[in-house]
Amino acid sequence: MYPIVEKRVLASNIKSVKVLAPEIAEKAQAGQFVIVRVDEKGERIPLTLVDWNRSEGTISLIFLEVGVSTRKLGKLERGEAILDVAGPLGCPSEIRNYGTVCVVGGGVGIAAAYPIARALKESGNKVISIIGARTAGLLILEEEMGKVSDELYISTDDGTKGYKGFVSDVLKMLILKGYNFNLVYAIGPAVMMRAVAETTRPYKIKTIASLNSIMVDGMGMCGACRVTVGGKTKFACVDGPEFDAHQVDFGELIKRQMFFLPEEKLALEKWESRECCK
Amino acid sequence: MSAAERKIQKKSVSMPKQNPEVRIRNFNEVALGYNEEQALAEAERCLQCKNAPCIKGCPVEIDIPVFIKLIRERNFEAAIKKIKEKNSLPAICGRVCPQEEQCQKYCTLGKVGDPVSIGRLERFVADWERERGFNIPEIPASTGKAVAVIGSGPAGLTVAADLAKLGHKVVVFEALHLPGGVLMYGIPEFRLPKVIVQAEVDYIRKLGVEIRLNHLIGRTYTIPELLKRGFNAVFIGTGAGLPQFLNVPGENLSGIYSANEFLIRVNLMKAYMFPEYDTPIKVGRRVAVIGAGNVAMDAARSALRLGAEQVYIVYRRSREEMPARKEEIENAEEEGVQFCFLAAPVRFIGDDRGWVKQMECIRMELGPPDESGRRRPMPVKDSGFIVDADTVIIAIGRTPNPIIQCTTEGLAVTQWGTIVTDENGKTNIEGVYAGGDIVTGEATVISAMGAGKRAARAIHEYLTGKA
Repeated sequence: MYPIVEKRVLASNIKSVKVLAPEIAEKAQAGQFVIVRVDEKGERIPLTLVDWNRSEGTISLIFLEVGVSTRKLGKLERGEAILDVAGPLGCPSEIRNYGTVCVVGGGVGIAAAYPIARALKESGNKVISIIGARTAGLLILEEEMGKVSDELYISTDDGTKGYKGFVSDVLKMLILKGYNFNLVYAIGPAVMMRAVAETTRPYKIKTIASLNSIMVDGMGMCGACRVTVGGKTKFACVDGPEFDAHQVDFGELIKRQMFFLPEEKLALEKWESRECCK
Repeated sequence: MSAAERKIQKKSVSMPKQNPEVRIRNFNEVALGYNEEQALAEAERCLQCKNAPCIKGCPVEIDIPVFIKLIRERNFEAAIKKIKEKNSLPAICGRVCPQEEQCQKYCTLGKVGDPVSIGRLERFVADWERERGFNIPEIPASTGKAVAVIGSGPAGLTVAADLAKLGHKVVVFEALHLPGGVLMYGIPEFRLPKVIVQAEVDYIRKLGVEIRLNHLIGRTYTIPELLKRGFNAVFIGTGAGLPQFLNVPGENLSGIYSANEFLIRVNLMKAYMFPEYDTPIKVGRRVAVIGAGNVAMDAARSALRLGAEQVYIVYRRSREEMPARKEEIENAEEEGVQFCFLAAPVRFIGDDRGWVKQMECIRMELGPPDESGRRRPMPVKDSGFIVDADTVIIAIGRTPNPIIQCTTEGLAVTQWGTIVTDENGKTNIEGVYAGGDIVTGEATVISAMGAGKRAARAIHEYLTGKA
């Protein structure tokens, strides 16, 4: 069991938990994730490692409540425990001094962008961050991102905060303004990462995306997370989760992510009706 | 009437099974096992050969004639004790060992009729004991030595049990959330009920073995770290858990699963009980399973139980070359699985949502034997044809898990990614041993257990300074 030692609500359906998991905290690196199974009947779901404290032995996870698993996780309070947490999984980000790096985070993907931005900053990069959400109320980690970035830009789809539009629009604007990025990191919904990749492609700026495919074991065994990168099949869990965004077949990724949507909806309805009868 | 005069029954006592019409609607165990009377009648058939040819067919060298004699004497407790001297997982082996290729292949009776059903008798006494509660053998005083076992599949559990019984401290590291490896994620409930796996794992825990779940060695700890943290030896039993794909166009369409994904969802995550369990599985009306090994049969039979109207096995060779156990092929046929021989997919075709709807296959013909001794399939020119399939399961084999090899500097590995060892499982790194599929490539539960036994012996000698 992995006890929750702290819990925060970041936005209406985005929550943050700090979990006691000393062995994972000891090894965690930017870009890696864990597989979480909330209870005996739960799914295995991948969640990015947002933060870790080696001396406390804790890791921090941030999640958007979308389906049964994340809703169940969101119901756990401080003092309660997650049944299974395995990790750290996936290849760590390649952190070194690239020069000027743009870190783009969209939605709950900002949580995954944060440790990468921080590690890049600590390695001496000039870090320009762009974070965005649908609306101001859903924007997370603004303060934390600000602390690890030389400049922070914000966008919302509805214009309730920062620039009105998408993070990729802001990126385009910065490039046109003359920013010379040596590397761009894109983390968020697949459509957002595709938009970032298409923004940087004409300028030949190296762009890395951290993919959020469906996973079951998260250790290379099932192949559910397979993606086409540069015409070759790769497993996001063990070959990634980070890949060259210009090589990723995002169309395929988006279609594969939608395969179980009807089942996920059904499971959520059943769960909600059980919950309200309690 | 003396034993010599007694007429030996040429036919073995058949084991009751669930009817096919009933069993394709549930995930309960198909084979129901002998009752006492049936077990006694089958045990009676054993000739008690002095040279015991059956034993040489057993990878873990169970004293087969003696345990059968004890069954005959109705001393079931002594019979299971005899088996457990060599095999800590008898209820599992009694169910999934290919006995027809092993002990039973050498049975003298097999020359004149059916061999003695050794596996069914093993299963009978194992179940008899489990229903009454396990006898835990006395464990010798601690040797003060500690061994880390990586992976809790058949090889790892065997090493763990054997070393614990010799007084060594054993910690098993399992990457998944339940122990058992392929016994939990790979083999379906209807062939090997998971409560039985967990019961035998609990027996091993009672021998003093500690099992740490959710530990992916290579990530949570590396092997050099384990050695530094006070383990005197390490055994790698990480198996062949990586799915192989065909590498043909369209293989990443939705609705195409690796057999591993399909079976992990169904077995480990209990997706057959969705939405009571949270993990979904989606099976269409026409399911094509590519490959004809035991895993393919397991996937095909699972798909039927999940409501598919038609399930067919697509195999590039013919019936004779199918690698699956005969018993499993028969079970699949009884349940209505169809077979399409001498065909291979070359392309998958999807709809506008990216879901598979058809596949293009080509006809194959058999040429001269290849290095495996089986006749090599060769494509027939211009023989393409289209098959409807809204779910496809790729079951063409599994390869070694690479994570240990990648994170253990200096470990000798073959070009296929398997770990190089001597016949006792010793690797090129001092104190590090390996066995099972990670050394041989995909094989059987019992051969992994045999490798585990040999490695346990070698590790014990190493730890006690006799190596």
